[in-house]
Amino acid sequence: MARAEPWQTAEIPGPMKAHVITKPAVVVAMIKKAERPIFVVGHKAVEIELGEKKAIDFAIGLAKAAEIPVVATAHIVGEFIKRGFHPAAWMPAMDIGNRLKDSEWNGVDGEGQYDLALFMGMQYYMEWLILSGLKHFAYKHLTTISVDRFYQPHATWSFPNMKIEDWNKNLEDVIRMLGEK
Amino acid sequence: MWLSRKGVNVKIKELKTDVAIMKDVEVSVGRVFEETWAEPVGPTPFPSITDLRAWDFKLLQRYKPFYLPFCDVCCLCTMGKCDLTRDKRGACGLNMAAQQSRIVLLACSIGAATHTGHARHLLEHLIEKFGRSYPIDVGGISVDVEAPVTRLVTGIRPKTLGDLEEVLDYCETEVTHLLSACHTGQEGSNLDFESKVLHAGMIDQVGMEVADMVQISAYGFPKADPEAPLTDIGWGVADVSKPVILVIGHNVPSSIGIIDYLTDKGLYNKVEVVGICCTAIDLTRYSSSLAKIVGPISWQLRYIRSGIPDLIVVDEQCIRADALIEAQKIKAPVIASSSKNCLGLDDRTKSPAKEIISDLVEKKVPGVLILDPEKVGEVAVETVMAVAPERKKFKSIPEIEEVIKAAKECTQCNECRRACPNDLPIPDAMKAAAKGDLNPLAKILEDCIGCARCDSACPNDFPLHSFVVAVSQKNLIKEKFKIRVGRGAIQDIEIRKVGGPIVLGEIPGIVALVGCANYPHGGKEVAEMAEEFAKRRYIVTATGCAAMSIAMQKDEDGKTLYEKYPGDFDAGGIVNVGSCVSNPHIAGAAIKIASIFAKLPLRANYEEIADYVYTRVGAVGVAWGAMSQKAASIASGFWRLGVPVIVGPHGSKYRRMLMGRKDREGDWYDYDARTGDRVYVGPAPEHLFYAAETKEEAMVMIAKLCIRPADTTKGRAIKLTHYIDLHKRLYGVLPDDIRLFVRTKADIPITMKDEILKVLEKEKWKEGRIINIPTLLPRLIRKVKE
Repeated sequence: MARAEPWQTAEIPGPMKAHVITKPAVVVAMIKKAERPIFVVGHKAVEIELGEKKAIDFAIGLAKAAEIPVVATAHIVGEFIKRGFHPAAWMPAMDIGNRLKDSEWNGVDGEGQYDLALFMGMQYYMEWLILSGLKHFAYKHLTTISVDRFYQPHATWSFPNMKIEDWNKNLEDVIRMLGEK
Repeated sequence: MWLSRKGVNVKIKELKTDVAIMKDVEVSVGRVFEETWAEPVGPTPFPSITDLRAWDFKLLQRYKPFYLPFCDVCCLCTMGKCDLTRDKRGACGLNMAAQQSRIVLLACSIGAATHTGHARHLLEHLIEKFGRSYPIDVGGISVDVEAPVTRLVTGIRPKTLGDLEEVLDYCETEVTHLLSACHTGQEGSNLDFESKVLHAGMIDQVGMEVADMVQISAYGFPKADPEAPLTDIGWGVADVSKPVILVIGHNVPSSIGIIDYLTDKGLYNKVEVVGICCTAIDLTRYSSSLAKIVGPISWQLRYIRSGIPDLIVVDEQCIRADALIEAQKIKAPVIASSSKNCLGLDDRTKSPAKEIISDLVEKKVPGVLILDPEKVGEVAVETVMAVAPERKKFKSIPEIEEVIKAAKECTQCNECRRACPNDLPIPDAMKAAAKGDLNPLAKILEDCIGCARCDSACPNDFPLHSFVVAVSQKNLIKEKFKIRVGRGAIQDIEIRKVGGPIVLGEIPGIVALVGCANYPHGGKEVAEMAEEFAKRRYIVTATGCAAMSIAMQKDEDGKTLYEKYPGDFDAGGIVNVGSCVSNPHIAGAAIKIASIFAKLPLRANYEEIADYVYTRVGAVGVAWGAMSQKAASIASGFWRLGVPVIVGPHGSKYRRMLMGRKDREGDWYDYDARTGDRVYVGPAPEHLFYAAETKEEAMVMIAKLCIRPADTTKGRAIKLTHYIDLHKRLYGVLPDDIRLFVRTKADIPITMKDEILKVLEKEKWKEGRIINIPTLLPRLIRKVKE
């Protein structure tokens, strides 16, 4: 059963915690509503297996369906390119976190700061901390969504802790509802 | 006389002379330097908490804090808890940014206090043993600048143990001020907190340097010896047929008491002495033949539970708080030997040794506190020989059948995995174990940091950490490696040899692998980094648990890195300088490049030397498993000196990064000290402190952070070759920021010329300027243009 508790037991947040995404339509609605969305994908996306695919394949599917630019963190840009997908940028997770915090940042395309950032695929605790930094210091301009398998309490919206099959299905639904390309 | 003296205050009630009568005269004189050291005192002797604030602010302007709050509230005073979410301020008026930097300052003050306290205990003990006038000697005629950090910070040149008392007085005063700044209603600015963090780091470096100087001098550790002997390290080092004493901690006198007692009594082949963490490193510096190293800090629990130790001696720092409880499970007596870690045991320092031994052997007490290193030696040896034969049968690692039985009862609740810092798939491994496949459980050990939070979390009270060890034990017993004993300081002659190539960029950098063992994927990643950069002819230095992890891999010929690479401070060397408190030898090498190679005044000249190191010395610290408050303060000591530090992903929990923004051109202008022109020098180094997500990311960033504005074109081309080559190999593409580091076409690596020129052309790159003497300090501009 889905629980809106931090995946790592002691990573207690509060008083402000992420809204729980109860159905994929919430993610779709948030993406559609956003004017400048961006998708930050960490290295675990190439490690996590989801059925016959890896999480990175779902990330590519979602980015294509939503037409969202991707920032690949750590060293995984080559893995995207191998799959025929070119991220808009690659940089360390801390760098993209630091830039998203800055309301004056012009974005990876020089067109201005983003209003929605989706996250997937970092170590749970590292993503937890970056989302915390953004919750406290970027809240005036940025909404964050964790589309990872585990509840990220510092995001604005997060999936709850889920079984891997449920996560797989949710991601598939999001992509389908956005209109697979 | 040459020693500095603290301020002198003279009060005279009444003074009659031939010419006048003076009443209630008070004369105050600041610090007096009575000299034989010819070098004039620089601008900042014994700097106060604000004396280097302007320098700190220059760094903090370029490397702004990126806060990652680990807690949304503050609970330090009784007006709280206060919710600091978003822009809220607490009852005291502090906001979240300042609160985070305050916590960083608390951590770094704890770290600095710990090393300073360590140094104080060592110094007091060694003065009592050898006298105040015992000479400081860290390298004989090979080392003239014996205390680069102390000279730089305080402005004194210590010659004897007694000379260092004043240095520690200073450190203790500063740590007290720093800690007091954390009190409610003190500092309110996050940037001032950050400046104080840098001050704590600098003080920490002084405290550590004192600690290592005195133990090298008085205990006769290797003195700047590149060929320090190789010694054994690993789970399998102990001859378990003999009584085994396990020492854990950082402060070595009580362990030395054990070795001395064994030697004095001719018992050295009767008892095994093995160690965990930095005490082990320092004990092998004392006796590489009698002492052996088991492994890093994360091995405490598994080794105790194995039942190999027959007696455990703990001193201070990084020791598990449950060491006594775990020792009782294997019926091993414990001797606590530090006033900072008494474990609730009776203080038996003044009891006759025979009485204590009898109480331990007869199990009247589980352990004792003995604050006398020599007595620890006698009690430990005599007790272990008496208890070992009976005790040997006890261990707390279960049999394989018990593991499988428990695995069958496992409810797959996931609580163990949710408690695991590395999110290790313990439930899956238990599921496999229930079917008889123990491999997944054994694999857990590779990435396990030994915290045993899984044990605490298990609702069935299964000792999961012990299960993991049980299924791995067959292989662990065979593990034995070679580590080069900590050599201590870097020789002045080595600095003369490499100073030029480092500053010119021809030796691409110094990589310092330091810190604890809180690794995301075990110690093998540290060994991999060490070998990669040694092969690339960087100078690789190491301390503490990282130095151990480097040793614990073998190649196909069965050789470890310390057997394959020399211990010289030169290109391609892997240089183990020693324990945690040996870190200032690395900082000291950078300082000595400025003072010996570049001939800059060293004495109390912190800002100018740090400016030199920052702009010219391509050094980077990597604390891949940084865990402790000491690791935080060690890192901050490097930051103030202008040396960037990379931590592993767990280092993000230090809750604040110091990050440059390469996309902001305006942030990267230095002065040309010849002309005073402000010149774009590129983001070099790009960050001062940051956590990398993966080993691959860290390796690319190590190469990049070694780039400095003063590189010659040849040096820059060499550094870019490594950066680009690593990026291509590990990321699969060219870097996207080459243009920021190519100042003129002469900087382009010759073997990559066509490829890079194509990129530069596409990005409309324009040639810039190269300045030979970059500086952040306007006062160093030699001639301002008319």
